Amino acid sequence: MLQVKNLNITLAGATRDISIVKDVSFELDAGRSLGVVGESGSGKSMTALAVMGLLPGAIRASGSINLAGQELLSLSEQEMCSVRGNKVAMIFQEPMTSLNPVQTIGRQVAEPLTLHKGMTRAAARQEAIRLLDRVGIPDAARRLDVYPHQLSGGQRQRVMIAIALSCSPKVLVADEPTTALDVTVQRQILDLLRELVSETRMALIIISHDLGVIGEMVDEMLVMYGGNVVERGQADKIFSQPAHPYTSRLLEAIPRFGMSRSERLKTIPGTMPEIGSEMKSCIFAGRCDLVCAECLQAPPPFVSVDDAHVAACIKAGRVMETAQ
Amino acid sequence: MIAFLLRRIATFVATLAIASVVIFAALELLPGDPAQIMLGIDAPPDALEALQKKLGVDRPMVERYFTWIGGLVVGDMGESFTYVMPVSELIMTRLGVTLPLALLAALISVAIGVPVGLYAAANHKTPRDYGVMIFGQLGIAIPNFWFAILLVLVFSIYLGWFPAGGFPGWSAGFWPAIKALILPAFSLAIVEAAIFARISRSAVLDVLREDFVRTARAKGLSRKSTLVKHVLRNAMIPIITICGLELSSLLVGTIVIEQVFNIPGLGRLVFQSLTQLDLMVVKNLIMLLVALVVFINLVVDLLYAVIDPRLKHQGH
Repeated sequence: MLQVKNLNITLAGATRDISIVKDVSFELDAGRSLGVVGESGSGKSMTALAVMGLLPGAIRASGSINLAGQELLSLSEQEMCSVRGNKVAMIFQEPMTSLNPVQTIGRQVAEPLTLHKGMTRAAARQEAIRLLDRVGIPDAARRLDVYPHQLSGGQRQRVMIAIALSCSPKVLVADEPTTALDVTVQRQILDLLRELVSETRMALIIISHDLGVIGEMVDEMLVMYGGNVVERGQADKIFSQPAHPYTSRLLEAIPRFGMSRSERLKTIPGTMPEIGSEMKSCIFAGRCDLVCAECLQAPPPFVSVDDAHVAACIKAGRVMETAQ
Repeated sequence: MIAFLLRRIATFVATLAIASVVIFAALELLPGDPAQIMLGIDAPPDALEALQKKLGVDRPMVERYFTWIGGLVVGDMGESFTYVMPVSELIMTRLGVTLPLALLAALISVAIGVPVGLYAAANHKTPRDYGVMIFGQLGIAIPNFWFAILLVLVFSIYLGWFPAGGFPGWSAGFWPAIKALILPAFSLAIVEAAIFARISRSAVLDVLREDFVRTARAKGLSRKSTLVKHVLRNAMIPIITICGLELSSLLVGTIVIEQVFNIPGLGRLVFQSLTQLDLMVVKNLIMLLVALVVFINLVVDLLYAVIDPRLKHQGH
């Protein structure tokens, strides 16, 4: 239903264009979820904003983003306004600041309904009660007239989800939806998202820097590094058998129960190459244990290691073996 | 909300009390005998004695302070020595000219400045934005009495639309009276409008960077609707703050502009009573101006709570 093909995101610079995201492609069916994982600066949030048509300032997207037959990148700003909040919706990392502090919750949840569905204010208000109730706001009818500062972070994120759900979007983009929340609340929000996906058959794109948070709740996964997709495939397969050295190192860096006190968390030495640096080698070569002469000559092609599981690494097979 | 209101009103009353003590003390500390200062050194002794009695200089200072305050509460401000009429009556007549003038000027400056600032913010970093800001800079840099002269030249001398000065009084009818206030109001308003434009622009730009603006866009609102429905009210706090300050400075600005346009307002009264050392008028006028400024600030504080629900719920 959502097909992203060769998505390139560039920042128009004074002297040259700076590439932020290179050749990202993925497909997502209704009722399925995709996790996009990567460090900050890997281009994952930019990819999400491109789907929403909300790239800031001088940043442009090219390639193709096709939503149920509609090419989003060729829409005018006005046409895109009728898609946003209606067919694609988004929730953000900061529930504390993502709601308008001077408007009541009810009004903010009702707004997309009056905007896209042509509902009257009264009808939208009724629907807002139902939505708030659905996302688990207790005593929703009474909460309609409270302001965001009167709610906790978790409740505010629930309100954000209610806003996003209001027009029954085909795709929901969640950019680090739980990063700013307490661990116990994180769990609840993720469970809610999972329930909603199976209930409404919408597609979910969930972005995180934390493999542990999303790894177990998504169907498919996209691992991004330095603006490139380095591995793509079914989440459980990537989890059990990563095929890219970067994914493998990321998984090793997750703290596990039962780790002894003396055991140190594994880290990945080095830093990610700067955005926009032209790479003539594999982008991960500088931090990779398995680096060889060939890695430095050209960026690696995608190697298919399994059904719909690819990794941008010439040694993908070896990485998988060591993982087992 | 009640607690918030009470707190603000208590601050209001306390500020007025402190101001009254300062004003009273300042005039007390003037060297020499106030009656002598008012009448001059050549005054006949019997007139001097009569005024001294009237002013009550022979009574203790604390008693005189409370007599003054007691009089203020019931609206008795004593008698003006130069105008030979009750100060309260004098001030009220003048206030009836200056208050409409200041409010008209405030209205004009908000009506011009805020939309212009919004326009500049919506076109941030484009030639339109720069153009607006250059005019804004000019507006701030040029003094208002110069604008006054320019306006008189164009609108009363060449075009003959408005009188060049004077005030016919409200008894002459609403329109003739307002007509006489329009040029003075515009000369006062231009500088304030330029300030409003700058403040509104930066307030809106600040709010545009907030996360909830992105949420509004993600809901499918156009840039323009986002600006009107989500940004504007959040940008009101700094704008209202400046509004309060501007209104206070407008009251002061009338001193010069009423001179230029020969309008019998409060500003002119301040000027005249100071030059003629009519201390009774000076003391009460200053107290009134302070009260007006403090009152404007109280209103601004209350408006904050209306605009931003977070303030209203403080302490819950």
